[in-house]
Amino acid sequence: MSDEAQPLGAAPAGPRPAFGLIVAVAIFAALALVPLVSGVWGGGWLTSLAIRAMIFAIVAISLDLLLGHGGLVSFGHSAFVAIGAYATGIMITEGVYEMALILPVAIGAAALFAVAIGAVAMRTSGVSFIMITLAFGQMVYFALGSLAQYGADDGLTLWSAPDVFGTSWLASETGVYVTVLGVLVATWALVHAVVGSRFGRVLRAARQNPTRVAAMGYSVTRYRLVAYVIAGVIAALAGVLWAVHAEFVSPSLGSWQRSGDLIVMVVLGGMATRNGALIGALFFVLIEEALSSITHDWRLIFGPMLVLIALFARGGLAGLLDRVQGPR
Amino acid sequence: MSEVVLQLEGLRKAFGALVVTDGVDLDLRRSECHALIGPNGAGKSTLIHQISGLLSPDAGRIAFEGRDVTHLSQAERAVAGLGRSFQITSILPEFTVLENVALAAQMRDGSSFRFFRPAAREERLNARAMEALGIVGLGPRAGLVASHLSHGEKRLLELAIAVAGEPHVLLLDEPMAGMGRAESATLTETLRALKARYPILLIEHDMEAVFSLADRVSVLVAGAIVASGTPDEVRVDARARAAYLGEDHVAAP
Ligand SMILES: Nc1ncnc2c1ncn2[C@@H]1O[C@H](COP(=O)(O)OP(=O)(O)OP(=O)(O)O)[C@@H](O)[C@H]1O
Ligand SMILES: [Mg+2]
Repeated sequence: MSDEAQPLGAAPAGPRPAFGLIVAVAIFAALALVPLVSGVWGGGWLTSLAIRAMIFAIVAISLDLLLGHGGLVSFGHSAFVAIGAYATGIMITEGVYEMALILPVAIGAAALFAVAIGAVAMRTSGVSFIMITLAFGQMVYFALGSLAQYGADDGLTLWSAPDVFGTSWLASETGVYVTVLGVLVATWALVHAVVGSRFGRVLRAARQNPTRVAAMGYSVTRYRLVAYVIAGVIAALAGVLWAVHAEFVSPSLGSWQRSGDLIVMVVLGGMATRNGALIGALFFVLIEEALSSITHDWRLIFGPMLVLIALFARGGLAGLLDRVQGPR
Repeated sequence: MSEVVLQLEGLRKAFGALVVTDGVDLDLRRSECHALIGPNGAGKSTLIHQISGLLSPDAGRIAFEGRDVTHLSQAERAVAGLGRSFQITSILPEFTVLENVALAAQMRDGSSFRFFRPAAREERLNARAMEALGIVGLGPRAGLVASHLSHGEKRLLELAIAVAGEPHVLLLDEPMAGMGRAESATLTETLRALKARYPILLIEHDMEAVFSLADRVSVLVAGAIVASGTPDEVRVDARARAAYLGEDHVAAP
């Protein structure tokens, strides 16, 4: 490790930004090629798998804003996905097919929930914070399961794809694919901009030392609350995409197991790294798919794998990549 | 008598049965350095915590620049101009030295609810931070990750953070804690320069520094002020000597 003072204006600590950018571009390019490859093979399963992975990546990236950058262990993040998905499912069931109407409702509902729950949760920290967000997730889960007119526990099938400003853009799988990839890239770029911004700097500082940040004159809870709203809204957006893609929504989208999976994705990939959440989510979904096709008890294999990665790849998979790149 | 900027009236604080602030009246005047000394566990840090809003007093009142701030939050008091340093170094260990201080400067530079522009490249903030680092002599270390600083340098960073927040007064809790002799001497000169810009409430065990910097000295023992006056008055005060100033502590004039 070199402890010499770097010249002023040198890159701050963390993985080299240029390398992170290259990795991200490579991943996005590979994802863009999937529909073509899938077309050659003549099967939609690969496209469908990639869409699923990308949607989880969107959610994981939003969670990393809280978990990695904010130090806020939100154990109810999948509830926001479910809120977005149900907003879509319910509106379509009620005959509202226009995305320009569905999106504001999904986003508004998520923001409202985030403000309400966040206002309570942000007063606490540590285990209490985890428990409150978990309780919130469970609340949403059971509430959705009790919606008798919308399928209750069995979920809700969407009989039609929503319109986008009157067009049927989202009716084709290609349209969905391009949209999901676009939202993924936008989310990645947005979250990184936010992390590096003034706001993000306060958020990151508050993870390290909230007392100092408060003594500097920042109301830490306000910044955390705003981060919670941003992350919740992005997750809800992913939920909308999920509903459109799967043409089916069910309460299990918001289960605590899903929230747990999301945390695993972020930690596995590497918290608060440029591409950790992205890589972690893609890896998780692919491994889940591969292993579950072999055995129903795939978690028995996946569990030890996670332990190995935790042991040997501190900083997650993104940390491994950095090591491949060579010592700093 | 010059204008009072900070005034404590009948401040009380107890942790269970332990009374750590026992009816403290204290003031800080424009352009003075008021030193607060006292034995370990006297309640000095707890008093600073109450002034800065980290702890709230059980009773009493804190007025700052003519305004009652007793019920303001920590952040609100910092915005009002109460800047502080911590006895136990409290910095952002993963940030660079520059970013630690730039974040403090950011508080005075418009809204921090800005979400897109990279903060690390805001030249005005970095320039302000470099200025504060220059004052404490940490300029050359600006690019270093803060956790890699030496103990003495972390103490200086602590001070630079407080200064960069453009406070109206400085509350310094043992800025020299754990520093070597030479470092302390340098910091004493830095504080002498800062004294011209800010009223300072200084807690310090280094008597050489206290008696060379302070315009007034108050002695806190078991939560109560037992003596207060000019350095020369306190030096010869029987209660102060009995309570705190062991012979070996008394600095040569
Ligand atoms: N949160 C707390 N809960 C209970 N007791 C506390 C707490 N904080 C401080 N104390 C006690 O209050 C008393 C005063 O502590 P304080 O830190 O204010 O002393 P101090 O004068 O700053 O001492 P030092 O010179 O060692 O820094 C001590 O007896 C300490 O143990
Ligand atoms: Mg103390």
